[in-house]
Order: sequence, then C-alpha cells, then structure tokens
Amino acid sequence: MTPFVYARADSLGETIAAGAAPDSAFLAGGTELLNWLRLGIAGPARIIDISRLDGLDQIEALPGGGLRIGALTHLNDVAQHELVMRDYPVLSQAILNAASPQLRNLATIGGNLLQKTRCAYFRAEEQLPCNKRRLGSGCSALHGINDNHAIFGWTEDCIATQPSDPAVALAALDAVIVTAHRSGGRRIPAAEFHLLPDTRPEADNVLQQGELITAIELPAPAPRSAYLKVRERESYEYAIVSAAAVLEMDGRTIRRAGLALGSVALRPWRLSAAEERLAGADVGDREALSTAIEQSFAEARPLLQNAYKIELAKTAALRAIERAARMPS
Amino acid sequence: MDFHDRHLLRLRVNGEDHSLSDLDPRVTLLDLLRERLHLTGTKKGCNFGECGACTVHLDGRRVNACMILAVSAEGREVTTIEGLADGDALHPVQQAFIDHDGFQCGFCTPGQVMSAAALIEEGHTGSDAEIREWMSGNLCRCSAYPQIVEAVRAAAGRASQ
Ligand SMILES: Cc1cc2nc3c(=O)[nH]c(=O)nc-3n(C[C@H](O)[C@H](O)[C@H](O)COP(=O)(O)OP(=O)(O)OC[C@H]3O[C@@H](n4cnc5c(N)ncnc54)[C@H](O)[C@@H]3O)c2cc1C
Ligand code: SF4
Ligand code: FES
Ligand code: FES
Repeated sequence: MTPFVYARADSLGETIAAGAAPDSAFLAGGTELLNWLRLGIAGPARIIDISRLDGLDQIEALPGGGLRIGALTHLNDVAQHELVMRDYPVLSQAILNAASPQLRNLATIGGNLLQKTRCAYFRAEEQLPCNKRRLGSGCSALHGINDNHAIFGWTEDCIATQPSDPAVALAALDAVIVTAHRSGGRRIPAAEFHLLPDTRPEADNVLQQGELITAIELPAPAPRSAYLKVRERESYEYAIVSAAAVLEMDGRTIRRAGLALGSVALRPWRLSAAEERLAGADVGDREALSTAIEQSFAEARPLLQNAYKIELAKTAALRAIERAARMPS
Repeated sequence: MDFHDRHLLRLRVNGEDHSLSDLDPRVTLLDLLRERLHLTGTKKGCNFGECGACTVHLDGRRVNACMILAVSAEGREVTTIEGLADGDALHPVQQAFIDHDGFQCGFCTPGQVMSAAALIEEGHTGSDAEIREWMSGNLCRCSAYPQIVEAVRAAAGRASQ
C-alpha cells in the first residue's frame, strides 16, 4: 500500500468538500477499497472515512410508497429489514446471495455498487495488459481466459462484467441512486449508473470525483419479485450469470415485467425487448416466456470461451420470472 | 477535515482498554491484533476477505479483521478468540468443536468459532442448510465441514436432524 493520510468525516458538507480534491477516496465498509490498495488498483493520497456519517444508515418508507435506503446501511441490515424482505424480496435475495455473512456486516449498499470487475487480469498482482488498469495497454482477456466474461455490450477494449448482485436487483426495480456533490446532487436511474466500455473503458460508473451516494430509493413495493444466481459452487461465490425479475400480475397474466441480468456485461443488463413482449403473457406458458426472452438475445455476442453463458442466461431469466410469479403478493 | 499520517487509537479488546500511539493508517485491525497486541489467535489466511480465518467480533458483529483499517475502529469494542472463554470455562462453541472434532490442522478454527458464536446469536441455526449457508464465509482447507456443522448444531442446542 502506498502511504496515505486519513481523516474521519463528521458532516456531509465537509465530506463533499474534502472529497472533491483529486486523489481523495471515501472509505465506507472497506471491503473493496482495501483490496484495491493492496493490489495497486487505487493509490489515493487521502482517505476520508465516511463510515460514521450520521443519518446515512437508515431505512425509511417514502411518503408516496417506496423505500429510501441510506447508502451506508450494511448489506445484512438491508437484506434482513422487514420492509425489504416483504416488499422487495428480489433485493433481499440478491444481497443474501452476495459475499459472506462477515463481509455483509462491513460492506455497505452504496459501496457495493462501486465494486470493480473480478476479471483476473484486472486483479492480478503483477501488471498485465488491461485497459481498466492502464488505458491503452490492451485487454489480456480478449484472447486469453474469458469463459466468464461478457456476452452483452463489450468492446475489444474491455470484455469484463460488473459483478454486483444488488445492482441487478436495483436495475430491475427501477431504483434511483441519490447523490450529493459540491456542485449539487443528482438522481441517477440504477440501470444507467454503470458504464459500458464503449466510450471510456477505464471508467466504471457515472460518478464524478467527490460525488457521494447518500441513498438508494426504491419505487412502489414489488412483492412479486425474485433473484436467481447461478455459480460454480452453492454459496459464497460470484455469479456466472444472475437474473432479477419483478412482476406485476393480474391473476396468472403478467401486466408488467422488469428483468435484468447480472455478470453478463459491465452493467446490469435490462432485457427491455423481452419485458415488452412479456406484458400480457400467461406466466404458466413457458413457450411464450421463452419467446419473449429470446427477443433480448438478438444482441448477445459470445466470446471464444463463453457461448454457454447465453443459454444459461436465457434459462436463468425464465426461472427468475417463474420464481417471482410464485412469491406471495 | 484533519488528515494525519499517524494516529492515536483507543480500542477495547477482550474487555481491556488500549491506547495505541503512532499508528500508521495503513495497518489493518488484523495486523494490529497480531503484531502490536500479540493476540495471534486471529489468523491471517488470505488477507483479501476471502477465507474468514481473521473473523472477530466488532461491537458484537462478526467481521473480517483483514478488511478493516485499525484506525477506523476508534472507540470500538473487539472480541477475539482469546476473549471468548469465560476464564477457564470454554464458550459452548469451543467445547462443541472439541466434542465433535470440528478441526484437523486448526488454522481456520479461531475464525470458525468466532463466526459460529455470532451465527447462533443471529439465530441462523434453523436447519443444517441454514448453518452451512451462514458459515460459508469460513473456509476450511482440511474440509472439516461436516463436523463443523455438527458442532454448530450442538452448540445451538438442537437435536440432530
Ligand atoms: C471475498 C469477497 C466476495 C464478494 N462476493 C460478492 C458477491 O458475491 N456479490 C456482490 O455483489 N459483491 C461481492 N463482494 C463485494 C462486496 O459486496 C463489496 O466489496 C462491498 O459491497 C463494497 O462496499 P464497501 O462499503 O465495503 O465499500 P468500500 O470498500 O468502502 O468502497 C468501495 C468504493 O466505493 C466508494 N464508496 C463507498 N461508499 C460510497 C458512497 N456512499 N458514495 C460514494 N463512494 C462510495 C469508495 O470510495 C471506494 O472507491 C465480495 C467481496 C469480497 C471481498
Ligand atoms: S476484460 Fe477489461 S478488465 Fe479484463 S483484462 Fe480486459 S480490459 Fe482489463
Ligand atoms: S485473512 Fe481475512 S478473510 Fe482471509
Ligand atoms: S482445520 Fe485445517 S483449515 Fe480448517
């Protein structure tokens, strides 16, 4: 780790003022940042510990329906919150399938969205060609080991995936990420928060230097929702693919569907074409569901080693829909 | 905001207050426990948050000590494996690991025991599957998993199922 100076933040105002200086980094749970420091992925000169900022670790119902989750709420506390379990099971399930119980006691929901790809070349202890580590150095994975890389939205500059589980649920839920910044805050739709590699392959998300996530807002309750994570072992592992489904139903008929896939692109991948076709479908009609899902795979592009992920992703989407339909409303 | 490259840290570890001066902010809680307080029961396995060997309780919650900057734990209370027993009386989880042969080499054991003690408090012992899931953050290279589940189940006071 390169040396840094450290300070604990007491107020939001001083946090966003100090964070705006280049070379500053926020520390929340530390479960990503510490590994970046160890691997040389980040080397900030100043660390601003935001973990004790007041009022950012609360979960509260919003006046018009919906829920506001403070960015510093620990993952275990979000997932096991009564209202999240009852009204947003897709988010609770996504979180409980992420990382380990100990890590979830440290990790925050805001920090989770800022995790970087698990691409092994990116996380290597020795520097390998990787445009996300050093822009212009190339992509080792493109002609290397890429069996778990992207099937959507990749470019030859970077074929990695975003590994967050909660982000997939938030994208399917149409959640909003609320930020504060010295030049004013914003509200960012969760599905537009992460960046594809087509413009700036080194960037992961739309946040500016010093922009602080303060909360995540969920729209109206989505009790008919579910998350499905496919991985190489049963527990404590990143996804090969995952799927989040959010349904509104009239009896057995799907009125509206929100669908997103995880670990298939550098952002949670919304299946918009499929969602359109699903409206009006009978949830018991597997063929209709599969045909609808198929619509969103016209743009899928496999790499040398990962064509299997296309089939896996279609099946995961189908099963997530079926699981969501079985949830009590 | 006051940035410093050396810090004074006050911390309560296993019921004892410590005041540590001249602390480099890069030092993790794990290294502080092992190298400054000489509490070497907490193990350093991966140092990347992956193995759970460094599990301790921070204000009563289980966490990976390798993922925490010591300086950020100012004013908090830490319990390590050395602080779990009540004098000579072992914690029920420690006794259960002995009774059920919950280890071979023992390297992962302090972390397993700390995790299991917390898991029982959390109430995640409804079934063997639930125990396995909520113990999944503690890897055991010797693969003593079946005995570990038995030990946790026994410590939680449930009959074999
Ligand atoms: C072994 C292991 C396994 C894991 N498995 C999974 C998994 O299966 N699924 C999954 O989804 N995740 C997984 N994770 C990732 C884990 O969930 C993230 O590391 C964690 O959520 C990050 O949150 P944090 O609070 O610790 O972030 P930190 O490490 O504190 O911060 C990460 C980054 O976000 C910035 N930041 C943090 N909070 C804010 C904020 N409020 N506003 C602006 N910037 C902020 C920091 O400056 C830093 O750049 C795993 C991690 C480990 C170590
Ligand atoms: S896929 Fe992206 S992260 Fe991985 S080596 Fe290529 S550029 Fe780097
Ligand atoms: S040493 Fe901390 S998790 Fe492995
Ligand atoms: S007993 Fe050897 S690693 Fe678990």
